[in-house]
Amino acid sequence: MSTTYTIPVGPVHVGLKEPVTAWLELDGERIVSARVRPGAIHRGIEFMARERNPIQVIYLSERICGICSFSHVMCFIRAVEDLANLSVPVRAQYIRTLVLELERVHSHLLWAGVACYTIGFDSAFHLGMQLRERVMDVLELLSGNRVNYGVATFGGVRWDVTPQLDKAIREMIRYYRREFTPFREIVMEDPVAQARMRNVGVLTREDAVCYSATGPTARASGLRVDLRKSSPYEAYADIPVEPVVPQDYFDAARGDVLDRFAVRVLEVYQSLDILEKALDGLPEGPFVAEPNLNKVLVSLKKAEGTGWGIIEAPRGDDTHAVHLKGGDDNVFWWKVRAPTYANAVSWPVMFRGNELADAPLIINSIDPCISCMERMMVTGSSAGVVTKAELLKRCRQKTFDLKARGFERGVER
Amino acid sequence: MTSIFILCLKIFVGVALLALVVVLALLFDGADRIVHARMQRRVGPPLLQPVYDIVKLMGKENIVPRRASRFFFTLAPWLALVVTLMIFLYIPVGSRAVLGTEGDMILIVYLLAMGGVVMAVGGFAGGNPIANIGAGREVTLMMSYEFPLAMVISTMAWVAYRSGMPGPPFSLETFASVSVWKAVGEVGDVGLVCLFLSLVFIVPGEIGKGPMDIPEAKTEILDGLIIEYSGVNLALLKLTFALRSFAISTFVTSLFVPVSLAGLLGVGGFFVAVFDFLFFWVKVFIVQMIFVTLMRTSFGRLKIWQASQFYVMRVAGLSLTGMILLSLDIMAR
Repeated sequence: MSTTYTIPVGPVHVGLKEPVTAWLELDGERIVSARVRPGAIHRGIEFMARERNPIQVIYLSERICGICSFSHVMCFIRAVEDLANLSVPVRAQYIRTLVLELERVHSHLLWAGVACYTIGFDSAFHLGMQLRERVMDVLELLSGNRVNYGVATFGGVRWDVTPQLDKAIREMIRYYRREFTPFREIVMEDPVAQARMRNVGVLTREDAVCYSATGPTARASGLRVDLRKSSPYEAYADIPVEPVVPQDYFDAARGDVLDRFAVRVLEVYQSLDILEKALDGLPEGPFVAEPNLNKVLVSLKKAEGTGWGIIEAPRGDDTHAVHLKGGDDNVFWWKVRAPTYANAVSWPVMFRGNELADAPLIINSIDPCISCMERMMVTGSSAGVVTKAELLKRCRQKTFDLKARGFERGVER
Repeated sequence: MTSIFILCLKIFVGVALLALVVVLALLFDGADRIVHARMQRRVGPPLLQPVYDIVKLMGKENIVPRRASRFFFTLAPWLALVVTLMIFLYIPVGSRAVLGTEGDMILIVYLLAMGGVVMAVGGFAGGNPIANIGAGREVTLMMSYEFPLAMVISTMAWVAYRSGMPGPPFSLETFASVSVWKAVGEVGDVGLVCLFLSLVFIVPGEIGKGPMDIPEAKTEILDGLIIEYSGVNLALLKLTFALRSFAISTFVTSLFVPVSLAGLLGVGGFFVAVFDFLFFWVKVFIVQMIFVTLMRTSFGRLKIWQASQFYVMRVAGLSLTGMILLSLDIMAR
């Protein structure tokens, strides 16, 4: 008779970038069943937006995610532009595309490094981190920041592409074409890395459809989905983008972690091509429709309605919906659906039949962004809504109780 | 009277050697970390970082989990350290070992295995399910690599016995004094290379680093075996890990690299012992760089069943090939 036991991976775990808990039911090393419990890092950003005007929310939306910050900004701005019918100059659209692709390069490089770290391949991890520095330098040259760029604004962008930046980006493209290939070969042709990633965390094509996977996770399962092709936004209409699917490059799409790795790695090359085309096609003209933010704010105050912004973030489809009320300064409501929200549903399917050793790799394989995903939900009347004062009172009461009972018994498991 | 004098001398030399070995093991560990970092294009910690770590941990609180079996949990690090230190008494530094006449290769292999078992016991005693997984992995790994290791050692002893190398076949001093590479022919050399390569793969398992960093896999089971250890106990375990890498390197050095600097330079007399003593550590350093640092830089971590399969099928096959080639070489004479 085999007995199973339960092991938590998380909430705080060396192999995970952000807090999430996977309770794994194990038989020896084999995973029998898995239950994923997020909820450790909810920040209430959507709620915070209701006390801010749309221009302030741009910088709030930038803080949703540290890696795909620009994708969230773009989503929010496109949603507001959608509802207020703001026009964007073509040059600004190209610059937005440039930054989106720079961010994709950055995000995929970071993920590839972290995936190597998760399988204990520290040398490749450090190599990946080093490669990533170059794109961060370019982003810093553009915006002055490494992570939250603060580039986009309503009706355009805040920073123009200077000849110096143009040169830097072209140099970066050459650098990656030269230096990234060795990294890809080191990892994808390494027997140990192949043993760890091949046939691990398989998400079949059918499951990917059923569980509505998005982005590289869906593409690794063989689905030709890419919003840059199916519903082009910004400058993507001028630049043809083909979804990267493993069956085009290898014999078949297996939907395992190695395929997800391959898709992301190949997308880096694709992004470099897009960057080059965007730089070549960069039109002259203004880079922002209305530089005076007060005027923009006044026009947004009059706007009323719901706007949508949907773009292909590095991790999948990012969707924002914004509602503004006429005459109201602040955002009335704002809904963010980060790509992880869709991809995380596939975790229990991916865990099936794998081992404990694979668990952190499987969690990381969808490139999760837990804090983008966390949502609070009040269900039914039993839980009720607790006010801040009540919460404070309860916290104090708990401390008093702990002290009264003594610390020793307080922490008794 | 003489026997008491020899006993006192052996105790003195033994204590001095162990003190030296502890210092050297930590220094080599620091060097390993620097070279490892440089190969990854990082700067790396200062050379004395392992020493700082140990000193700091020594001053930290020693926590025993409430659910742990206190006796075994506390005993394990001490026993592991003592057992690992004992290995050095049987390793010929230069040409002679302190207790060379009292123990041989079989004892060394047992002591190495015992160190692993003791740490696994400590892991099981911690009462943490993650430590239990780590301990289970350690034992599984041990069962996998002991077979090829035993094959390597028995083949070496058989070679020493049949090729007429002076001294008892299982004694390391025999291999330290006469080069095993010269004792066999060309086919035998290929066999020896096979055995040497088997050891290259066995060593990471023995010390749990690189591709065999499975019992302590940081990103999977959060340092597994040692997850519940803290303070002095953790310091002892860290020291044990450093000593294990060092011990296995000295073992491989004595077995396969019996190059004598005094012999090369043609010095005689008193200097033979001094030169060989100093040169021995240089050899150990090189061996450790190849067997430990290079291996752990080059590969990611395998899964436990993959590692087990690798040892039972591939490495065992490799050592068996070595055994057959050496047998052919010796039989053909």
